[in-house]
Amino acid sequence: MTEDKNILEMRNIVKTFPGVQALKGVDLNVKYGEIHALLGENGAGKSTLVKCLIGIYQKTSGEIVFESECIDNYTTADALRMGISMIHQELSPVEHRSIMENIWLGREPKTKLGFVDHNKMYEITKEVLKRIDLDEDPKTLMADLSVAKIQMIEIAKAISYNAKLIIMDEPTSALTNKEIDQLFTIMRKLKEEGKSIIYISHKLEEIFTICDTITVYRDGEYIGTERVSDIDTPTLIKMMVGRNVNELYPKVKCDTGDIKLEVDNLTSEGAFRDVSFKVRKGEILGIAGLVGAGRTELIETLFGLRKKTYGQIKIDGKEVDVRTPQEAKGKKMALLTEDRRLNGIFPMLTVFQNITIANLFKYENKFRLFNHKEAIRDVNEYVESIQIKTPSIYQRMENLSGGNQQKVLVARWLMTSPEILIMDEPTRGIDVGAKAEIYKLISTLAEQGKSVILVSSELPEVMRMSDTIMVMYEGRVAGILNNSKDLTQEEIMHYATGQIMKDKAEYM
Amino acid sequence: MDMNTKDINGNGNTKISKQNVDTVKKKFAFTEIWKKYSIAFVLLMMIVTISIIEPKFLSSKNIFNVLTQAAIFGIMSLGLTLIIISKGIDLSAGSLLALAGIIAASLGQVANATSKFYPNIGELPLIIPILVALGIGGILGTINGGLIAFTGIPAFIATLGMTTIARGFTLMYTGGKPISQLTPQFTFLGDKIGILPIPVLIYGIMIIITWVILNYTSFGKNIYAIGGNINAAEVSGVNVKKNIVLIYMYAGLMYGVAALVFAGRVGSVHPGAATGYELTAIAATTIGGTSHAGGIGTIGGAVIGALILSVLRNGLTLLGVQAYWQQIVEGAIIVGAVIVDMRKHKKKN
Repeated sequence: MTEDKNILEMRNIVKTFPGVQALKGVDLNVKYGEIHALLGENGAGKSTLVKCLIGIYQKTSGEIVFESECIDNYTTADALRMGISMIHQELSPVEHRSIMENIWLGREPKTKLGFVDHNKMYEITKEVLKRIDLDEDPKTLMADLSVAKIQMIEIAKAISYNAKLIIMDEPTSALTNKEIDQLFTIMRKLKEEGKSIIYISHKLEEIFTICDTITVYRDGEYIGTERVSDIDTPTLIKMMVGRNVNELYPKVKCDTGDIKLEVDNLTSEGAFRDVSFKVRKGEILGIAGLVGAGRTELIETLFGLRKKTYGQIKIDGKEVDVRTPQEAKGKKMALLTEDRRLNGIFPMLTVFQNITIANLFKYENKFRLFNHKEAIRDVNEYVESIQIKTPSIYQRMENLSGGNQQKVLVARWLMTSPEILIMDEPTRGIDVGAKAEIYKLISTLAEQGKSVILVSSELPEVMRMSDTIMVMYEGRVAGILNNSKDLTQEEIMHYATGQIMKDKAEYM
Repeated sequence: MDMNTKDINGNGNTKISKQNVDTVKKKFAFTEIWKKYSIAFVLLMMIVTISIIEPKFLSSKNIFNVLTQAAIFGIMSLGLTLIIISKGIDLSAGSLLALAGIIAASLGQVANATSKFYPNIGELPLIIPILVALGIGGILGTINGGLIAFTGIPAFIATLGMTTIARGFTLMYTGGKPISQLTPQFTFLGDKIGILPIPVLIYGIMIIITWVILNYTSFGKNIYAIGGNINAAEVSGVNVKKNIVLIYMYAGLMYGVAALVFAGRVGSVHPGAATGYELTAIAATTIGGTSHAGGIGTIGGAVIGALILSVLRNGLTLLGVQAYWQQIVEGAIIVGAVIVDMRKHKKKN
């Protein structure tokens, strides 16, 4: 293969929006058969650049050369025809239609009479799926597929366009480790076929695993391009954030107190069974496991969002019955949900509204009217203390970056003065800088004696943050491990994949 | 706006981005004002245009006329605003008004009415029909809300069913006959104190009450949350079901109030009364910028929306425009208002 030839050269790309220069003259060169990572914090300009490339935006100035041809003024449809394909971060399949109808949407093979040729569509879909080793009936409905499978179908779709350059925008954010491995296998296969991939991700581990080259942007400016083999994590982080983030995961070291929360044989039929654990004051309990292990369901049950079949929940030694989130809130629990957009934020409402919603009662005066003055003062205090970057507290939530949205949600729950904080994937989809701040915040909360339950699919995160790690496998506790220096990712994975199922008594 | 914030959320330590923030802020302030008051400008422009062509429009008598005409569907639209902010809809508003109105009227006839509905009860004090109208509105509203909250059926369907059921009860109640000859106390509700029409006074009081509820109570804030993201509201500890019931109950109470004003003003209630009023009220709310996507809307907007419709009807009549044209213009304004509204809320790319 022509290893050193560039398939894509973007030179001095500028993109201006009214009032803002999103890209201030950046470069990107991608070689044939290369996996090229695009890195930068949220707002660095990665998404804007790829949107210019795929034809969603028109660049303000600069040059795009694709396969030695200068291209300009084209639409997304043109880009697809030329062989540039993009797999978007937020997948939008037509849910109640089949795989084949989704892949060939808008360009269905036709019979001579102009009707859709379903037989042909079936056959060519089979072929495409075979190329990525996906054994799925083309007639299966998208709604019946897992997120990972839908992701694979998107890739199949890109291949079906005969794409030479595939852009992947955070493709792994909803995948389990096993599924990520599958994705990587396919990516390597595509690479061998000489196809190029632009890979956008916040997960540095992944980039070091799969990518050949890294280009970093910051604040719409080009910072540099490096071979993966020539660079290490600290340098890379410094390139991204422009400062040293010496401790991305601050080590927690604080004394734990009395038992705050005790769960005994908690069961929710169909989701998890006989889960028992304890959390002390000031302790961070990490819950690890693969997607589908029942972690989210477990904390939903703790928070009253899901019915328990049997089992006991004790807070401060007293048995409690939590049937609704209101009751959970009354027991001084707080829940940061996994899916910010689904059940976290109110996108159209302001930062102020988003923070106060769980705390309205606090600001009611004796006539049960809302005291705005006090609420505004408190909200401003939180915005400042946890450094939420927003022009004002009346900014709409949808205009904030993911990291700042997450901080707003943290502020919402801190305002309720919780004693037990449950966080489900608190750093998903947010950039390195904001991540570090969230970690710091979690540590501080633990120091203040709050009990934290941290659910995360990122093992390094769980391992660095937690005092104790509970690993779940298929709805059961596979093990509860004391976090120590000798604990390795491999060991946790043994539990998470069900290779070790020890009796829980050994750990209690 | 998206990009602007992104810039601010970056490091923000370069001079360029700081400058950007400043210009953005200025622009932000202007567009914010325009966004906030654009619909009020439209109303103002309408008033100016109409009064230039026909100065009589600005006479105090005519102005009160416009306000009185706006009062009935205006009061209904207050309730509907709460519902629509919560991402719901209520098609039964007109029917509930008719049912509440006709039962209240049957208890508010003069003693010697020619076709007295309850011949044996004599003349009842006004408080009875008032309580009855509010009670019926409130209870049927609660049923609407309960159906939506506890069975999970769409608000459109629940209230569509209620529309037909309530209309059926109304017809059944009187056997299809209208009820008239209401007590002077009752018709006073449609009368004036000095030059101030009572319907306008009642409308004003309802505006203030609803405005306070929406802006200064937890209930009001929960409505925005439910419309903004019902799942997030649930997780945040908002009792979503209870609040949905309360929203529809409050709207039902507003229809009850509107029913009293209606009966007082007209002096009688026909079983087919107020047919289609819900659509006018929904139009008023919508023109006023309340988004059917939920989470967005104001009482001020609903009032201006009602006034725009009322000014339009009154003005076009004064100008001698055919009634057919009035409908066509009204329809165009509703669609136009929503187009403007959608643009306003669209994220800029």
